[in-house]
Amino acid sequence: MVYTTSMNDVIVIGAGVIGAFVARNLSRYKLNALVIEKENDVGDVTSMANSAIAHSGYDPLPGSKKAFFNVKGNQMMPLVCEELDVNFGKVGTLTVATEDSQIKMLSDLKERADLNGVPTKILSASEVLKLEPNINPNVKGALLCPTGGIVNPFTLTAHAMENAIDNGVKLNLGESVLSIKKIDGGFLVTTNKSSYETKVVINCAGLHSDEIAKMIEPIDWSIHARKGEYFVLDHYAHGLVNHVLFPLPSEKGKGILVTMTTSYNYLVGPSSEWVSEKDDLSTDPLTLGDVKAQAKELVPNIPFNEQIRVFSGLRATPSTHDFIIEPSKSEPCFLNVAGIESPGLASSPAIGEYVVDTLLAKVLPLEVNDKYQPRVKKYLHPLSLPIEERNAVIKENPDYGTMVCNCEKVTLGEIEDVLSRSLPCRSVKAIKKRTRAGFGKCQGGFCQPNVIRLLAKHYGVSPLEILYDHDGSEIVKEEVKESVHD
Amino acid sequence: MINKDLVIIGGGSAGLAAAIGAFDAGVKDILIIEKGEFLGGILNQCIHNGFGLSEFKEELTGPEFLTRFVKQAEERKIPYVLNSYVTSISKDKVVTYLNREEGSVEIKARAIIMAAGCYERNAGAIGIPGERPAGVITAGQAQLFLNEYGYLVGKKVFILGSGDIGLIMARRLSLEGAKVLGVAEIMPWSNGLNRNIVQCLNDYDIPLYLSHTVSKVYGKSRLEGIELSEVDTSLRVIEGTQKRFDCDTLILSIGLIPNNSLLNAAGVKVSRTKGAEVDEHMMTSVPGIFSCGNVLHVHDLVDNVVVEARLAGKGAALYLQDKLIVDGTKTIDVCPGDGIGYCVPEKINTLNLDGSVEIKFRVKKPSKNSYLVFSLNGNIIKKIFKPAIIPSEMEIVKITEDVLKNNQGTINVSLVAKEAI
Repeated sequence: MVYTTSMNDVIVIGAGVIGAFVARNLSRYKLNALVIEKENDVGDVTSMANSAIAHSGYDPLPGSKKAFFNVKGNQMMPLVCEELDVNFGKVGTLTVATEDSQIKMLSDLKERADLNGVPTKILSASEVLKLEPNINPNVKGALLCPTGGIVNPFTLTAHAMENAIDNGVKLNLGESVLSIKKIDGGFLVTTNKSSYETKVVINCAGLHSDEIAKMIEPIDWSIHARKGEYFVLDHYAHGLVNHVLFPLPSEKGKGILVTMTTSYNYLVGPSSEWVSEKDDLSTDPLTLGDVKAQAKELVPNIPFNEQIRVFSGLRATPSTHDFIIEPSKSEPCFLNVAGIESPGLASSPAIGEYVVDTLLAKVLPLEVNDKYQPRVKKYLHPLSLPIEERNAVIKENPDYGTMVCNCEKVTLGEIEDVLSRSLPCRSVKAIKKRTRAGFGKCQGGFCQPNVIRLLAKHYGVSPLEILYDHDGSEIVKEEVKESVHD
Repeated sequence: MINKDLVIIGGGSAGLAAAIGAFDAGVKDILIIEKGEFLGGILNQCIHNGFGLSEFKEELTGPEFLTRFVKQAEERKIPYVLNSYVTSISKDKVVTYLNREEGSVEIKARAIIMAAGCYERNAGAIGIPGERPAGVITAGQAQLFLNEYGYLVGKKVFILGSGDIGLIMARRLSLEGAKVLGVAEIMPWSNGLNRNIVQCLNDYDIPLYLSHTVSKVYGKSRLEGIELSEVDTSLRVIEGTQKRFDCDTLILSIGLIPNNSLLNAAGVKVSRTKGAEVDEHMMTSVPGIFSCGNVLHVHDLVDNVVVEARLAGKGAALYLQDKLIVDGTKTIDVCPGDGIGYCVPEKINTLNLDGSVEIKFRVKKPSKNSYLVFSLNGNIIKKIFKPAIIPSEMEIVKITEDVLKNNQGTINVSLVAKEAI
C-alpha cells in the first residue's frame, strides 16, 4: 500500500457530472485537489445513461433544492457549454395534455413554473400541432418551456473534468474508496490502491453516496436505484419531433418522453423501476414494450424500425425526495452532494459552483487561481466545417481526412485529439462517449477493431489488453497469428 | 468541382462489376470510390471458399474471386481512389468524398452507381435482453478480427441466428480452437444456405436449435453466459424452456441491412428491402442514380451480385448515352404477393427493355410442392413448380421481353400451394 504523506486540500469522490463540475469549480482556486473515480472513465454510470435534457425547472416543487439548482443550472448551461465546447440545443420542452381533463393540470403546472421563475406559455391544440406535426392528433394543449433544452451528457461531464485537470486538479480513475477515517486536521481516505490525507471530502458518489457518507457517521437518508430503460433511434431524418415532449405526469409516474438528442438521434423512454442492485443495468423486452406503447400515445408514428440500441440507466433517488447538498451532521469538512437524480444534469453547473463557493468556502480559505482558464481547447470536427476550412485543416493534419467511424463520420484526427488530451480516454467506451465513434447504426461493427488498434498503439499495450469499459471487459481473447497491420 | 460521367460508390464486388459493365458498354470517364485500403470490399475477409461457382465455374475463396474482378478492372484501366469515404450525395448528383491526401473533393457526376454494401443487424437493433458485457459481437466483426487482424474474439462461443456468416464463423472459430456450443435460430427453419449447415455445423457436431432464441445475456464486464429459450409460433419465449449456457462470446448472425443512408439523404425512394426502389436497369427513382449489390438487397451469393452490378453498369451507360426514357410513361409495377417477401426490380419501364428481365425475390417461409405464379394485370404469364423453396436462397426468374413489351400495369408474384391450383 502506497501512503502519501502530503495533505490534499480536497478529495472529491466520484467523477460523474456532479463530481466533474465540483472539480471544475475547485480548479478556480489555488487548491490541492484530487478526484477519485471507481470506474475506468468519467461519467460512466448515471451521467451517461439518462435523458440528456437540460430541464427548464418548471416542474420541481417550489422552494426545493431541485427547483433552485435546476433553474440556476439551466440559466448557466449556454455559457458553460460554450466554454466547454459541448453541444447544447435550447429547443424548448412541451408538456402535452392528451385529454380534456388534463387542461387544468397545465395551468397548475404553469403556476408552479411562475413560482420557480421559469417562463412558460400554455399552447392550444392547434398551436401544438403546428409546432409538432407528428404528435398525437388528439392533443388538447401543452405547456411550452422555451428555456428547456438538450445537452450532450457525455461531453458535458468529460469536458468539465478535462477543464478541471487543465487547471490543476488531479484525477485517479479505476480506484474505489474503501474507508474514510477522521484524522487530525482532516480525513484519511483509503482506496483499493492507496491512502490519502485530505482536509475536506466532497462526496459525489452518485448511487453509492449513502455508502460513502456512512463511512464517517450514521445517516438518516438513503439512495435507491431507480432504473429507466430507453430506445435510441438512428438520426435517419429530422423533424420527427422538434421539442422535448413530455406527457403530463400521472399516477404511473413522470411518464415516457420523446426527444431528439444533440446528435440528431431520438430517445424514447425512460421506464421507472425500483431495483435492488445498484449495478443492475439489464434491459428487458416487457418493460421496453411498455415504454413503446406509452410513447406511441404521445407520438403515434415513431419509426421503431430505426432502433439502433436500447439501454438502461439508474437514477440515484434519495429517500428525502430532494437533493442532499450539505455538510455531514458531525463533520463540517465532509460535504455530501447526494441524491442528484433528475434534474441533476441541468443542475450540475449550479451545484458545482454552490458546493465550492458557498459550502467549501465556509471551511477552507479559498484563494483565486489567477491562471484559471474556463475554456477547453476547441474540438475540431472537420465534417461540420465548410469544405474550404475543412481542407485547410486536413492539409495541416491529414489524419482529419481519414474516416474511422463511417456511421457517425468520426475521423482519425478526432480520435487522436481525445487521446492526446489531459483527461485519460482508455477504453473503447470512453472513445465512443467522447467522439461518437461506434455510436451509429452498425454499433462499432466496422470501426471497433480499428479503435482497439489505436488505443493499443497510443498506450503501448497489446490489443488483448484493451477494455470495452469495466475491468475484465477485454474484447479480443487471443492472438492467432502475427498481426498483418502495423 | 470536377466533372465525371460515372461515379461508383464502393469498390467491392458490386462496384467493380458495375464499373466493368459500364466500361464495356462504352463509358470511359469513371471513378470508383472505395473506403478501404484495398479494392474488393468485404470479400477481403471472406477467406473461405464457395465463391464463383456460376461466374467462373470454379470454387474460389473470397480474395481469389475479388482478385479476378480487380484484374478485369485494371485491364480496362478504370480509375479508382482508395481510403476515400463518400460523405454525401446531393439530389443533383454532386458526390463528396474525403481522404487524407485530397481532403474533401466534390464531383459533379452525370450518373452514379451506389454499390456500398450492407451492415450487420446487431445487439442494439434487436435490443438484446440483459446486461451489456463485452463479448457480444456480430459474426462479420468476429470474422474481421480473426481474418484481417489475427485475433480470436472468444474461446467458448454461442451463436444467435443461422445466417451464413454465423455458420461460416462457427466452422472458422472451431478451426482456431474455440468451442462452439450451438446455434440458435428463432425461426423453425435455418436462415443459411444448406451447404453451410452441412459443412459448417454438421461436420463439426455443432447443434442447431431451431425455434430457439437467446432470451438473456449475463455478465457485467465480459459475457459469462446466455439463456437459451424455445419460442412459440408467434416467436415468444415459452416459459419453462429456459436453459443456461456458460460462454464468453455470443456471435450474432441475425441479418444484413443495406447501407443505403447516402441515397436516403439524396431523396431516393426506399423499398421494403431498406435499399432503393429500382427499375429493370437498376435505376432508382432519381434518374441517373443506380444501385446494385447488397446495398440494394442482400444477396446470398456474390455470383448473383456481379450479374446484377454489370446490369447496373450497362444501365448507367445507356442513361449516359441518352438511350433511356426516364419519364416512366409505360411502366409495370412488380409486387410481392402471397408468400413473397420482396421483389427486385419493383418497376419495369417497358419502353426501355433490352431483352428479358430477371425478377429476384425471396419467399417468406419454406414451402414444398408449390407453384410460383406470375400474373400480369390478373393474367397468369408464368407458373413454375417448386418441389422445395426456402427463404435463404434468392430466386431469380426471367420474364421474356415479348410478354412485357409495350405493356403496363402490375406483375404480381405469389407462391401458391399445389392443391390450390
